[in-house]
Amino acid sequence: MSWLKVTPAENVPLREGRSVCIGRREIAIFHLPDGFKAIDNRCPHNLGPLCDGITKGTTVVCPLHGWNINLETGKVLKPDVPVGVTTYPVRVSEGIVEIQLPELKEAVA
Amino acid sequence: MKPRKTKKPHLVLVGNGMAGIACLEQILRYGDMFDVTIFGDETHVNYSRILLSNVLAGVHGFDDITLNPLEWYRERNISLRLGVRITGIDPVARTVTGDDGAVTSYDKLLIATGSHPFVPPVPGLEKKGVCAWRTLDDTQRLLEWSAPGKHAIVLGGGLLGLEAARGLQVQGCHVTVIHLLDTLMNRQLDSTGGHYVQRKMENIGITVRTKCTVRAIHGKERVESVELNTGKILPADFVVVAAGILPNAELGRMAGLEVKRGIVVNDFLETSNPDIFAVGECVEHRGMTYGLVAPLIEQGKVLAATITGNKGPTYEGSSTATKLKVAGVEVFSAGVIEETEPGLDIVRYEDPGLGIYKKLVLKGGHMVGAILVGDTSESGRYMEWIRSKEDLTAKRRNLLIPEPPKDPGASIAEMSDSEVVCGCMGVTKGTIITAIHDRGICTLSQLKEATRASAGCGSCAGTCTALLAAVAPGFEPDGKQVLCGCVPFPEEQLREMVHTQQIRSVQQVLDIYGNGTGCEKCRPALSYMVDMVWCGEHEEDRSSRFINDRVHANIQKDGTFSVVPRMRGGVTSPAELRRIAEVAEKYNVPLVKVTGSQRLDLLGVKKQDLPGIWADLGMPSGQAYAKGVRMVKTCVGSEFCRFGTQDAINTGVELEKRLENLFTPHKTKLAVVGCPRNCAEATVKDIGLIGQEGSWQVVVGGAAGKSVRKADVLVTVASTEEALESAELFFQYYREHANYLERTYDFVERTGMDKIRRETVYAVPEARAGLLDRLRKAKSASYDAWLEREQPKTATQFVQIQPMEAPEEVSYR
Ligand code: SRM
Ligand SMILES: Cc1cc2nc3c(=O)[nH]c(=O)nc-3n(C[C@H](O)[C@H](O)[C@H](O)COP(=O)(O)OP(=O)(O)OC[C@H]3O[C@@H](n4cnc5c(N)ncnc54)[C@H](O)[C@@H]3O)c2cc1C
Ligand code: SF4
Ligand code: FES
Repeated sequence: MSWLKVTPAENVPLREGRSVCIGRREIAIFHLPDGFKAIDNRCPHNLGPLCDGITKGTTVVCPLHGWNINLETGKVLKPDVPVGVTTYPVRVSEGIVEIQLPELKEAVA
Repeated sequence: MKPRKTKKPHLVLVGNGMAGIACLEQILRYGDMFDVTIFGDETHVNYSRILLSNVLAGVHGFDDITLNPLEWYRERNISLRLGVRITGIDPVARTVTGDDGAVTSYDKLLIATGSHPFVPPVPGLEKKGVCAWRTLDDTQRLLEWSAPGKHAIVLGGGLLGLEAARGLQVQGCHVTVIHLLDTLMNRQLDSTGGHYVQRKMENIGITVRTKCTVRAIHGKERVESVELNTGKILPADFVVVAAGILPNAELGRMAGLEVKRGIVVNDFLETSNPDIFAVGECVEHRGMTYGLVAPLIEQGKVLAATITGNKGPTYEGSSTATKLKVAGVEVFSAGVIEETEPGLDIVRYEDPGLGIYKKLVLKGGHMVGAILVGDTSESGRYMEWIRSKEDLTAKRRNLLIPEPPKDPGASIAEMSDSEVVCGCMGVTKGTIITAIHDRGICTLSQLKEATRASAGCGSCAGTCTALLAAVAPGFEPDGKQVLCGCVPFPEEQLREMVHTQQIRSVQQVLDIYGNGTGCEKCRPALSYMVDMVWCGEHEEDRSSRFINDRVHANIQKDGTFSVVPRMRGGVTSPAELRRIAEVAEKYNVPLVKVTGSQRLDLLGVKKQDLPGIWADLGMPSGQAYAKGVRMVKTCVGSEFCRFGTQDAINTGVELEKRLENLFTPHKTKLAVVGCPRNCAEATVKDIGLIGQEGSWQVVVGGAAGKSVRKADVLVTVASTEEALESAELFFQYYREHANYLERTYDFVERTGMDKIRRETVYAVPEARAGLLDRLRKAKSASYDAWLEREQPKTATQFVQIQPMEAPEEVSYR
């Protein structure tokens, strides 16, 4: 499995999100008290930029119409709709946020 | 002796407290069988003693905690003798004697005298400023003594002591808790749990000294200091004794009843005398005395059956559960908490960093006890497991894993009917649902009155409300408005606490008074609050701001932003217009529009272009995105208009300069017009100045948005300076007193114009000067947000992150 280096951890302030374009994806990276999370930067409601939302615990609230999305599972918690957002494994290694993309996993397998 | 009119047997209740009245309510359910007389030595009707903690912490007023108002007694023909203490019982003549000398005969006597505080023998306890804490009067006294900066000593680090400490601290006191043993709450927690709680109490600013006693209390007449066993002297303005309780069993002894620690009762709640019954904290049942409400209510139900001739139900003792009512220090404890017997399995989880400690005690396949510190979200589930003795063998691996998050509706639907919703009063979901259906209940207060659910500590009010919302057809929300479930205090009180406790960041408020995380509703509100209270001397936390206030532009439906530069009074210049045109072309701005507020809007701007555009415009932010000062609209006024009586343009520009860059509870829009023709619509603005011959009318609370409201006249003044100052007074008053997201049109209706005038333009000079000083202070700390283009708060405030590595696009090989 290979990890992609994204950015120094201090570039994502605590409890905020920032977007990054990696390949064809635009991903929102969040810095929560218990670690970093990564999720596609598009709200399933109307493509709102999730990186601009306020976080509450491990949930982000979309800045456009307030959908609640769990950053760990990608599930929409509010309203009750059976859709979700893709999430990605993230880690911090030597102060650098690193992310794993599915294509890379496939390539290794 | 009073002659009795009817032939019904006479029931005398001694003790007008929680257990006695709850039992009487149950007795009355069996019909109108007795003439009832109640003696209570307090001078109040029955109130929730539990909620005294909240009264001390300012969450409830005295009136909010009444359980049975006077009418309740009157409607039931109960003879209520308040302020009378029963001092003697003659079990042979079947009479009781009061301290007023009156003798009353009884057929049945019910003793529900509760307990009294245990006061350890310490020299100096008789001094003024020492108080045990049990009653409403004690609470009132403590509230009188406490004030910001006072030193309070609390003797005893149990539940009551910690709640006292917190209440006094909320009132602004410096509080020290002195506790005899090694660890706090030793009756409810093991020593690890006690240490966690101690750390949390210390984190919220309360000093804790364990393994420590007070050797003496010093002072002339009033308390001045306390001396510890170590010899150390601590300054003290007053001392609260919370060292435990002792049952009031004296009357039982007088009546010759069997008394040990409390008045001994059997499983039917009978004492050793067939005409005398006892219930509540004063009784001892199977060797146990109780100090919590839920068991007393269970006792009352059984006693009601016994005393009304329906003997049958038995009381077999209660497993108790407690929660600490200190926001920010979540503690739950139930059942067996220590490895007291062989064969117990202990499951533990600890996270010292987050201050979370969980301990479950299992016996055979079921749970017999639990301790939760720092996260009590699963307490309902554990309590239900303990109560139902459910076989947990299959769940054994997942005991500590929380239930997956689900919406509140679903979790309510999943609760069984027998699950206890209100732990204090022992009310089940089934009882609540039946009451809602059978009695057409649609508000929380009706539910409280009918079932007593949420009348205790109130922590189940959320679940009760959710049940109402789900089941009651005519559901109406009610109750005191708190900021949010995350920080359950009214905003007015939070402002006070932020001030007196010197809290300067959103996270601190959430840690101390809330659930530690907050949400998109309370975090922006708290951001405003700490900023407003500290006028810039706060810790700005951008993660608690809506995106508009992180990048100082209004987000649009496609994630781009709009840019509205400030154009004071709607006045611009050829140079400004030229720059706006150039910027629009240079950055390919999709749309330039004249707004409804007399200024220009550049729409569809990308986040990363914002700093460049602001620099090129060279104009300050119009705050069109903010809960802040939007604009001052003006008409041409006396400078050009043939009807103008006052100089609207220059007055409007001056007003905008005095208020711009400030934040407000909701957006604030102003207008200044030169005459009552009102061409810039001042009568439908938050604040309007209307010029007339020789004077200005200052109007407030107008609206022409979702609804239309004509502004109310605040004052009419002669000079322009007075008009500006009146506007400033109202503006600052609104900043300090409105709830977050409350526009002036709601604020003036809620507050009332009389009060507003009295506290602004007609206030005493010192009060007016105070408002203006605080406004000036806030103004001098404020700045044009667009200057953050030069000094961004963080390196990535406006720019997207550039990845350090690019992926190989393997899927496209
Ligand atoms: C741009 C503008 C419309 C225009 O093209 O003219 C506008 C645009 C928006 N208004 Fe407005 N309002 C604009 C003038 C007004 C006016 C007229 C005025 O200010 O004299 C009103 C009625 C007066 C008032 O505020 O009471 C007005 C009443 C509202 C309301 C209803 C407020 C209410 O409590 O009744 C909202 C919704 C809200 O605030 O909750 C709103 C909210 C909005 C928002 C911010 C909605 C949002 O949250 O995204 C719109 C942003 C659009 C965007 O994509 O940028 N806008 N809005 C005007 C900007 C004025 C400016 O220069 O700052
Ligand atoms: C600050 C505080 C917080 C608490 N918090 C909780 C909590 O969160 N959860 C919980 O379950 N419990 C809590 N409790 C405990 C709970 O309030 C008591 O368990 C409950 O009130 C006991 O009810 P009772 O009727 O037995 O006694 P009481 O409510 O004390 O009623 C007895 C009444 O009888 C009167 N009386 C006594 N002797 C005489 C006499 N001789 N003549 C006439 N009147 C007399 C007393 O003055 C009193 O008014 C708290 C208590 C306090 C003080
Ligand atoms: S009236 Fe409605 S649609 Fe138009 S700008 Fe205001 S909020 Fe948006
Ligand atoms: S786009 Fe996210 S809630 Fe509408």
